[in-house]
Amino acid sequence: MRRSDILKNKYLLIGLFMTGLGLLLGIVGLFWTPYDPAGMSAAERFAAPSLHHLFGTDNFGRDIFSRVMKGLSVTILIGMLVVLFSSVMGILLGALTGYFGGILDEIVMRITDALNGFPSILLALVLISIFGNGRQNVILALGLVFIPSYVRIVRSEFIRLRDADFIRRARLMGVGKLRILFVHILPNVFSVFWVSVMIGFNNAILAESGMSYLGIGVQPPDASLGKMLSDAQGYLQGAPWYALSAGLAIVWVVLGFALLSEGIQRMNKA
Amino acid sequence: MKKKLFSLFLSALLTMAVLGGCGSDGTGESSENNPSKETVESSQSGTEVVEHPQYGGSVVVGIQQDIDSLDPHKATAAGTKEILFNVFEGLVKPDKNGDLMKALASDYTVSEDGLVYTFTLREGVTFHNGSPVTANDVKYSLDRCSGLLDGTPLISSLSVLTEVNIIDDKTVQVTVAKPNTELIYSFVAAIIPAGSGEDENASPIGTGPFSFVSYTPQVGVSLKKNENYWQAGLPYLDEVNFKIINSAETALMELQGETIQVYPYLTDSQAEELKNKFQILSHPSNVVQALYLNNADPVLSDVRIRQAICYAIDKGMLNEFVAGGNGGLISSAMLPTLTTYYVDLNDTYGNSANIEKAKQLMTEAGYPDGFDLEITVPSNYEFHMQTAEVIAEQLKAAGIRAKINPVEWNTWLQDCYTDRKYQSTISGVTSDMTPGYLTNRFQSTSKKNFINYSNPEYDEVYLKAAAALDTAEKAGYYKQLQKIICDDAGSAFLQAPPLTVAVSPKLEGYVFYPVYVQDMSTIYYK
Repeated sequence: MRRSDILKNKYLLIGLFMTGLGLLLGIVGLFWTPYDPAGMSAAERFAAPSLHHLFGTDNFGRDIFSRVMKGLSVTILIGMLVVLFSSVMGILLGALTGYFGGILDEIVMRITDALNGFPSILLALVLISIFGNGRQNVILALGLVFIPSYVRIVRSEFIRLRDADFIRRARLMGVGKLRILFVHILPNVFSVFWVSVMIGFNNAILAESGMSYLGIGVQPPDASLGKMLSDAQGYLQGAPWYALSAGLAIVWVVLGFALLSEGIQRMNKA
Repeated sequence: MKKKLFSLFLSALLTMAVLGGCGSDGTGESSENNPSKETVESSQSGTEVVEHPQYGGSVVVGIQQDIDSLDPHKATAAGTKEILFNVFEGLVKPDKNGDLMKALASDYTVSEDGLVYTFTLREGVTFHNGSPVTANDVKYSLDRCSGLLDGTPLISSLSVLTEVNIIDDKTVQVTVAKPNTELIYSFVAAIIPAGSGEDENASPIGTGPFSFVSYTPQVGVSLKKNENYWQAGLPYLDEVNFKIINSAETALMELQGETIQVYPYLTDSQAEELKNKFQILSHPSNVVQALYLNNADPVLSDVRIRQAICYAIDKGMLNEFVAGGNGGLISSAMLPTLTTYYVDLNDTYGNSANIEKAKQLMTEAGYPDGFDLEITVPSNYEFHMQTAEVIAEQLKAAGIRAKINPVEWNTWLQDCYTDRKYQSTISGVTSDMTPGYLTNRFQSTSKKNFINYSNPEYDEVYLKAAAALDTAEKAGYYKQLQKIICDDAGSAFLQAPPLTVAVSPKLEGYVFYPVYVQDMSTIYYK
């Protein structure tokens, strides 16, 4: 890969920039924000964007930029944990079912079929209503919902590779099953798997925002981009910056990741 | 690939803008029937009739919650009663000044010992089904409410009735077990046709200015004009629809799209948003909003902890944030609008936060590092939700780690009000026109005592207050009650929120009542 190729790959560059900025704000937001994201001020309600308050303030006089930072870190963190949880489970189940097949394969695949039968957000809502509100439960619910997509991808790759020559050879040489699964086959799955992780991350962020928007995800007083959107809805005319900053933050991160994964794919092809 | 990107972008936009939210708004609350009040001044004039009104037209009113029963004797939710006020009437009914006006009774007398009430029925009043209101119907209705019919009183304050006698066609005599000057207010109980009790929920028949047309769960209630209403000239509108809108955001959009014309219980910021397009009317509400504390909770059972919470709350700032400074700050369970009985106790804990005092009390109680507090909030009331957010932030300063738990209205009724399984909750208690209503629920044995408050002194004083016949004496006892529960920090009382209503500029005649009702009979198109 030449340097000029990378510079020509606009998807990659823009994606890197957007994702980088989003992540940076989110990570900084974990430790520091310009103002206390929960700090209220009666004197500064609905202040328009200015140098003091970059994105303005909300109905309680809280600094929206700080809340967006905090919201980004919460949202990105949830997205990552969801992807981590569901992809690890997906790899485990996909590897076992794809390599061994048989009755286990049947059972797991029918369950994933059943899970796929529901719209994912609906399923997550059901799980939340069982587990109750809260950040951990959102991660758990979304994690469970997203497992099937990973299982399928990993499984099909394992089925493709399990009878490949290099695997047969390894088997003949007496390599243990676990080693074949995770040392010989798994690295060959990653190139395909990586793309679905990127898309899955975006889906997780959108799903989390959607759930918080509906009032069942992250609970106030914690900042969350989705919750901010639904709060802001009542003030669209009086304080449009409120809805815009929360909404654009979501768009920014999601679009950034989408561009980045597109860029990576193009780079691999080139 | 571009297509995929585009669709991703779209779905991001979708999340941003489309999904139907579940916010909400307001100040309503659960209420129940109950007695009480003093001097009875019945206005002779009835509801005012405007001189050159425009007749006809229909109005859609946005309401915040589904209704619990169409049977007027069984409905307990304030949100239901505000609708049924248009369909049903009692022997007397509240007027806009907080007094009683004679409705189905054209006159009544109370015997000197306060034990016998004699009602003379108004001539020529008919039910919505066309049959005239007779003494028999009145007896049936009162028997049903008081439990004389089948042993179960549907309206607890009327359970003191021992006998309802028909003297003649137009006269009914009611005997009660013990005198209570506030009892007359309980005769607002709806009069329904004799024998119709079981059918009322399916097809409500009353005598009010509007008759019932249909009810669709989760959607709303339709009413139409009662052409034969006994108050000549009323109502003006042909049709009224109550539409259930359980999200504040949706309500705002509907208002702006003019699909609803009247929407009560606006938050301050909503009012700001709407003030250019709508008439924004405001009036002190009859709701006692509080951070209700479950006195039976292991942590909150310590009076010092409850007092610490009261000290940690900055009521002035809260009022500024959620009510635009229009709320009436309170520190006990009485409304400032009940001027005879109200005593201002705001100095007890102050209107702004006293963090040092709060921390000191918590240290004494063994929680120097604060404690966790779960605040359950009925999420359909945006007003309470916003209050919860502010309170949680204020408590943080004292080291109290508050967590907000939004629940559906029905869950709230079940868990908090009925089962009392909660730690603390932000809600409101809607009062009727009597001081007894707000105070009797905190007797230790009351089934409405959802905060599990228990103080023998309180119980004792309440009984004295209820028995007192002299207004000044009664007021003294009620003031004592407020002081007791305030000192005990039975709950962290916050404010009487303003009742703010958006009314379409085309409409005229919206009337505020000191009770929680929407009177549609006086509204007309300009």
